[in-house]
Amino acid sequence: MHKTISQINERIRDGSARVVTAEEMPAIVAELGEKGALKEVDVVTTGTFGAMCSSGAFFNFGHAEPPIRMERIWLNNVEAYGGLAAVDTYIGATQQSDTREDEYGGAHVLEDLVAGKSIELRASSRGTDCYPRRTITTELLLENLNQAIMCNPRNAYQRYNAATNTTDRTLHTYMGTLLPGCGNVSFSGAGLLNPISNDPHLRLIGSGVPIFLCGAQGMVIGEGTQHSPAGGFGTLMVTGDLKHMSQDYMRAATMTGYGVTLYVGLGIPLPVLDIDVVRSTAVRDEDISVDILDYAVPSRNRPVVSKVSYAELRSGSIELNGEEVKTSSLSSFRRARQVAAELKGWVEQGKMQMALPTRTIEAKKVSRPMHQSTQGPRVLDIMDRQVVSIHEDEEIKTAAKKLLKGETNHLPVINGAGVLVGIVTTFDISKAVANPGKAHLVKDIMKTKVITAKPEEAVDIAVQKLEQYNISALPVVDADYRVLGILTAMNLGKLFGGRWLK
Amino acid sequence: MKLLVNFSRGKGRKPIIAQVVRDTGVLINVERAVIDSSEGEALIDVPDDQCKLVSDTMISLGARVHILEYGISLDESECVDCGACISICPRDVFSFDPDWKLCLDEKRCVLCGKCVDACPSHALIIPV
Repeated sequence: MHKTISQINERIRDGSARVVTAEEMPAIVAELGEKGALKEVDVVTTGTFGAMCSSGAFFNFGHAEPPIRMERIWLNNVEAYGGLAAVDTYIGATQQSDTREDEYGGAHVLEDLVAGKSIELRASSRGTDCYPRRTITTELLLENLNQAIMCNPRNAYQRYNAATNTTDRTLHTYMGTLLPGCGNVSFSGAGLLNPISNDPHLRLIGSGVPIFLCGAQGMVIGEGTQHSPAGGFGTLMVTGDLKHMSQDYMRAATMTGYGVTLYVGLGIPLPVLDIDVVRSTAVRDEDISVDILDYAVPSRNRPVVSKVSYAELRSGSIELNGEEVKTSSLSSFRRARQVAAELKGWVEQGKMQMALPTRTIEAKKVSRPMHQSTQGPRVLDIMDRQVVSIHEDEEIKTAAKKLLKGETNHLPVINGAGVLVGIVTTFDISKAVANPGKAHLVKDIMKTKVITAKPEEAVDIAVQKLEQYNISALPVVDADYRVLGILTAMNLGKLFGGRWLK
Repeated sequence: MKLLVNFSRGKGRKPIIAQVVRDTGVLINVERAVIDSSEGEALIDVPDDQCKLVSDTMISLGARVHILEYGISLDESECVDCGACISICPRDVFSFDPDWKLCLDEKRCVLCGKCVDACPSHALIIPV
């Protein structure tokens, strides 16, 4: 048995369609069986509400008198794109204010407009024969714009890896605050309510399909950027009219230490055409697995610490290395439910009918990493190879002499096997001289917790370490912890003018 | 009841909290304390009926005392019920109700402020 879109739409029109949310579907299938559910249910509504950074909107302002060809554009001091001819712009959600940093950004401009607040447009131009005006400043309400079209390149991630932190300090990431020593696990995603998780083969979701977008009726444009459904990370590009959106389903937010983002409420109604649709919409939180990644590693490839399901994550805690760790979500399950429920109401009341994709989205694609034709500077390109080090059993006085002779402030300390065991600085020596005590040998005063760099490491990573630990040198070590060189703030000067390329 | 006690450590470094415990016999629970060479601030919890006694004794020893009637406060119009605060809080102040609405048990709060930065919606405010 199967149903057609026209049969389902006919039922929607005469008000007899049975519409359920994706959260209700598993129980219905368990009760009625797949065939029974196919007969009973016409539409399954999905919903998600979470931080979707890759969002923004196109605006058209109309022409000023005399007219201006806007080249640089700011909305409440948030810069918007000025390369779309005279009076159009695109504002991205994560763009931050020139004056208020991460307190205010593109996402806040969008939310303020939807909330009915006025926004200051400021623009400049070089002036042309056809567009003589050079600057303009004006207050605008959403109703003053000819078009305000939300267009989000990457929304509705099918699922998202969870995050934890094995370092000994708190990390502030786009996955929220991550406490040291795997103190918590942060995750995002609506699980069983997520649109693509209910249509993983992308049979129903594609170009032209009607959706709920921030309270307005919108549409799927096509595959989203970074779309990678083969690994379970499909995304969608979507659009909708900002003028019909509601603050209940779109919120500006700031992730401390990361920046501005936009919470987007998005739902897609799925017509129950055949048994395959019944099966995929019966998905449960238990069926969707998520990797927990260690954000301690500042790399594209973060190590997987554990694998869990949305059901486990949503339970409030999981077991990690034998310990119970609290979990918390960045996306709102309550609002995701509200999206699915509101959308259910729309379909029941005949406000939205079903459509099949006018163009399908590829379901087996894999997103590739960036092709890099040039490599950025690595530690080995700029490090000091003539490093003066000292044995741990030497006297402090010897260390002082070495520091003077070597004209350096840092002495890596090695043991008999040539392995790095500590570091002494001019400060440590001054302290030992000023407060003479029992300490005579280098090993008595050295710091044993040494922050090091690896030769192949990107300089940016090393700089991050210098900043985080508020230090000015990093011994560079090989896999056996033997000192190959030292990277100091002085070496960073080589980066200017591209001297490291030589 | 929670009291925020500020004291200067200039004069003779008096062990104020210890002395109040000894003089009043009230068992004080220190929930949070920041003490450096010149001054100190401690958040203490005392039984409601002995609050006045403890507070008066602290003041007589030169400390400034504020009664904290409120814990962290939640601006419901800003909160989107994400729950980012739940795993951050060391005192389990936050939880979800059966409808996934964020709830808070204000009494447990020691005003450490960790959740304030963790909230993407700026919905958590430390009362002044």
